[in-house]
Amino acid sequence: MHTRARVRALGREAFGPYTLLRLERGALDPGVPGQFFMLEAPGRVLRRPMSLCLAPHGELAFLVDPIGPGTRALCSLEPGEEIAVFGPLGNGFRLDVERPLLVGGGIGVAPFPWLSGALGSPPAVLGFRSSLHAEAASLVPNAEVVIDPTLVTDALPAGEWDVLACGPEPMLEAVARAYPDAQLAWEAPMACGYGACYGCAVEIGGEWKRLCVEGPVLSLATPSRPPRTREGAATRALAASSVAGHGDAA
Amino acid sequence: MLLNASGCLDALTAPDLAGQLDAFVTKTITPLPREGNQPVRIAETEHGMLNSIGLANPGQERFLAEVLPRLRELGFPVWVSVGGFAAREYAETCALLSDVTIELNLSCPNVEDATETAVEIVAACRAATELPLYAKLSPAVWDVGEAARAVEAGGADGLSLVNTIRGLAMDARLRPVLGRAVGGYSGPALKPIALAAVYAAHRATSLPIVGMGGVWSGRDALELVAAGASSVALGTVLFADTDAPRRIRSELEAELEALGLSTLDEARGLGHDLPAAVTTLD
Repeated sequence: MHTRARVRALGREAFGPYTLLRLERGALDPGVPGQFFMLEAPGRVLRRPMSLCLAPHGELAFLVDPIGPGTRALCSLEPGEEIAVFGPLGNGFRLDVERPLLVGGGIGVAPFPWLSGALGSPPAVLGFRSSLHAEAASLVPNAEVVIDPTLVTDALPAGEWDVLACGPEPMLEAVARAYPDAQLAWEAPMACGYGACYGCAVEIGGEWKRLCVEGPVLSLATPSRPPRTREGAATRALAASSVAGHGDAA
Repeated sequence: MLLNASGCLDALTAPDLAGQLDAFVTKTITPLPREGNQPVRIAETEHGMLNSIGLANPGQERFLAEVLPRLRELGFPVWVSVGGFAAREYAETCALLSDVTIELNLSCPNVEDATETAVEIVAACRAATELPLYAKLSPAVWDVGEAARAVEAGGADGLSLVNTIRGLAMDARLRPVLGRAVGGYSGPALKPIALAAVYAAHRATSLPIVGMGGVWSGRDALELVAAGASSVALGTVLFADTDAPRRIRSELEAELEALGLSTLDEARGLGHDLPAAVTTLD
């Protein structure tokens, strides 16, 4: 069950263009890797969904990509400033895997530092659009890094793997083609994070599910996403996507 | 009385939150299941948000068989929001309901309107049920008072004011953010629009009014009551603050006490009785 708390910012650290935002943990339970929290973005109407990046003792840390007003507000939090946080929300990754391989793209690597720790530092393949963005890879042990135009799917090691993936939708779809049983962390704009707004609904196995409640990590069934009728929406998803969060709703 | 605005809460996934309210209002139910609109469905603006959900719901049959019994188990009063694409569809759903209050969604900005007028839909539903009927109206009409009088004549027992108003947000590359371009605008920016609508409806009719639109604080709720609302519903604030009902109720009590009032009823319509404010900006 999720908890609400007002917690103080403890500090922030830059990893290329991304900011690792450290918050005090307060009464919040970190949950399991892949779950997310709704973070108050000062001055904005809606909170922002962010999956947990690291859970050091007494802290919660989130990797944030400052792509809009809400994420920029989060990346500007000064130590001591308080924000409202609630979570953990949604379903995280299943950790009962024998041969884990982490596959991530861009800000989609956000949940991997904690996930990697929980799985004993398995191999990881991480893709970024530039060497500057790839600085975030230093948070993930045992990672092979590829830079655009090389794709993570070009660099997957041979063999049988239990793939856990998070990144842009085209990357997740390509991973699912190679590994149909992969656990995939999806993202969609959402207003609430707890099943009220239906903003993040996707079609899974013929039924519409809310990514915040039934996801964001889905396995066994890959959501057959409704056709994107306009080029704009697909491009935006590419630019902003990651696990549930790390992006601005708009 | 504090309610949720239709479509802003799922009591089955958040029963604790719904339990903070005096009654739970369902998402709008249509005769057939609806998946809703294509993504992107949510956008944030400087002072509010846009949604383009499109009345996603399991349809009347599954709602009655599966959802409503589970809602009743939770034990709080249920309002069912009823939608449709023809007066007959609204009336058919109304006829199947019992032991609930009905809110007729006559104003969803995200789907095509029924061909009949709001009055004809209300009248058809009135003929189909004796349950309390609230008409949820759009603020995007020239004369809300006239619309309120019309649905009262059609047989409405109360009014829900206001629904979202159509809006559009653009991304950095000047393209609409939402999949359907336009969506329903809600949040703090809607409050003055809601106040004007409630004010006009209170002057035009004596029907009870559920006021809603941008309520973020006890003060906001009190203003709607002073404009003429008898109850207040919370919408967008529920997405941002899962403690909103408890907080707003407590703030509202403090506001009433500061005014020397003991009940919300005493504050109803106060804004109509007082002389106009001085004309300087504060």
